[in-house]
Amino acid sequence: MPAALPLLLTAAAALIGAGLMAFWFRQSLLPVAAGAAAGALAGGAGSLLFMLPLDYCTFSPESQPIDVALGLGLVAVGMLLLLLPVYWLAGRLRGGWRTLLASDAPPGSFKGWLWPLLLLLPTLAILFLFLYYPALDTLRLATQTSLLGIRGTIFVCVDNFTRLATDRSYLQALGNTALITVMTVGISMALSLLIALAAFQPVKGARLYRTLLIWPYAISPVVAGVIFLLLFNPTGGIINYFLGVVGIEGIRWLNSPTYAPWAVIAASVWKSMGFNILFYIAGLQNVPNDLKEAAAIDGANVFQRFRYIVLPLLSPITFFLLITNTTYAVFETFGTIDYLTPGGGPLQSTETLMYRVYRVGIQNNDLGNGAAQSIILFLLVIALTVFQFRSSGSRVNYGA
Amino acid sequence: MSDLTMAGAAPTKLKQAPARKNAWLPQRWYVHLLLWIAIIIVGFPLFYAVLVSTQSQAQVFAYQFTPGESFLRNWEIVMVDRRLAGYMVNSVGVSIAVTVGKTLLSLLSGLAFVYFRFPLKWLVFGFVLLTLMMPTEILILSLYQLVIDLDWGNTYTALIVPFLASATGTFLFRQHFMNLPAELSEAAQLDGATPVQFLFQVLVPMSWNTIGALAVIQFVYVWNMYIWPVLIIQGQERQVVQVGLRSLIGGDASLVYGPMMLGAVIASIPPVIVFVLLQKQFMSGFAVTRDK
Repeated sequence: MPAALPLLLTAAAALIGAGLMAFWFRQSLLPVAAGAAAGALAGGAGSLLFMLPLDYCTFSPESQPIDVALGLGLVAVGMLLLLLPVYWLAGRLRGGWRTLLASDAPPGSFKGWLWPLLLLLPTLAILFLFLYYPALDTLRLATQTSLLGIRGTIFVCVDNFTRLATDRSYLQALGNTALITVMTVGISMALSLLIALAAFQPVKGARLYRTLLIWPYAISPVVAGVIFLLLFNPTGGIINYFLGVVGIEGIRWLNSPTYAPWAVIAASVWKSMGFNILFYIAGLQNVPNDLKEAAAIDGANVFQRFRYIVLPLLSPITFFLLITNTTYAVFETFGTIDYLTPGGGPLQSTETLMYRVYRVGIQNNDLGNGAAQSIILFLLVIALTVFQFRSSGSRVNYGA
Repeated sequence: MSDLTMAGAAPTKLKQAPARKNAWLPQRWYVHLLLWIAIIIVGFPLFYAVLVSTQSQAQVFAYQFTPGESFLRNWEIVMVDRRLAGYMVNSVGVSIAVTVGKTLLSLLSGLAFVYFRFPLKWLVFGFVLLTLMMPTEILILSLYQLVIDLDWGNTYTALIVPFLASATGTFLFRQHFMNLPAELSEAAQLDGATPVQFLFQVLVPMSWNTIGALAVIQFVYVWNMYIWPVLIIQGQERQVVQVGLRSLIGGDASLVYGPMMLGAVIASIPPVIVFVLLQKQFMSGFAVTRDK
């Protein structure tokens, strides 16, 4: 590594930050010089955010191109992490320094600063100790080869990440996760909407019907796995019995890499439907009747009314469900998989990313690799959520 | 008939159902039919599990669709031999502890965020809200190391304490309190009430819907927790039921379905009861978050 590299990178980052913030401060009619100074500071510090702990190891002489690329990426992410707050603060600053310190409170707020501190202390302490600290610690773990329970660790730079890029079984787990997530979310939400369309109508006994439809919400992923272990069993399983009646014989659901993911999908769809039906019923009840009647008078048929009136008005609920269901399918299916296809199924065909974090990090005792996988999984889920926000932003109708 | 009687009769007539040919069928019978089909499909896995839980292995393999007589035998295997009773007690204890603790801490932080003025409040609220984006599952490896370092391995503390703070709860109570009239806290201050008195004597009695909603979410969440107890609890003494069900599946013999299904059904009873009882609160509590 050339000795001047850290200096060079920091200077470049400071320059880019200064430029960006100067431009933004000008746009929002704030002093340009202050923006440039803040931007230079944030940009420079941002480039150090990951590189100081890593000691610029991604740029060492024996680094591969992929290491260098990852290193530059980390510099960029670090800059972004520090520049975004500046960008955001600048927006708030337009109202003057006071707005930063002021707090909104109703007229009848209590006096004293000790009270809120005491009231918030337990929550803040737990969130810091058991969420923020482990989150930061995961970053540290990911740069090490460390064995569970043993103190000695070896610093391995970003090897845990670069190793994943060429790890075929990791890419397979990525594919499994995509299949299970897309199918579970899609099938469950579509079926739930259909059922909710029948269940939201004010017929006699509607409340009883609803209760009988939504109780699977309370069933655990584990119990779903246990029950479907019976349903899908080749001998004694009711599903193959029914299939036998119509002439399809002997599918070995849980031993076949082709069918095993579908058993997981079926169990997960069943378990998640209660929640979706519940929210779709609530959403459908909020669709004003006069809109549908007006459309009916204008000659719209049932399907047109559904497509052009009901569906758009349901979009906020659909969007909310899309995010909660994705999170469910990525993380919570762990219990279902562990019971239905222990160890990740035949030829690891039901091993999702979450399952692999557990198997590599805990069972194989490779904490560093597991931590690196956790971070990638986290980034994937965040990216997916942002993508769903973006892609539905124009279409989601919050009017109702 | 005069106009006057017409005008008087019309509204009552409108309220009546239109005359139908098949009076023995309920109104809109096809909706009822569809709903029953949906209920049967949704309920089938559990109904079948209940049925099998009364059967012997031979009856399961014979696809017998009537209840068997092995329920008591299965019950004994599940509750005594495989110690599910103990796991159930552990699960009930942990779930209640987390649910009560979480609700309490969320009430306190909701109170602080709505009824107090303090510098950098937005930043502190952001700090709490940001945790919504950090699923515990992602942190599981370093959280595990932390808990081992704290010497909490194999304890209930490790199952309870890390889950006591709740961004969801704080957010729900904050929204709810902000919708209450400001006169409440003014009056309480005139009466010289402390914030804690105000919370428990004024706010809590007005917040049962939100409390109920949060209780359902948290109880079901903690009851269904799986990967964390797998990691943290060794041995059978303190294990929770979601992990304890493994003892009905793994190991010594081939799968015996009767006890297995009975275990699954028993493990589902508490969360389903809590959910069905608090269903109304659950919905109205969520309505608050969707309004704003």
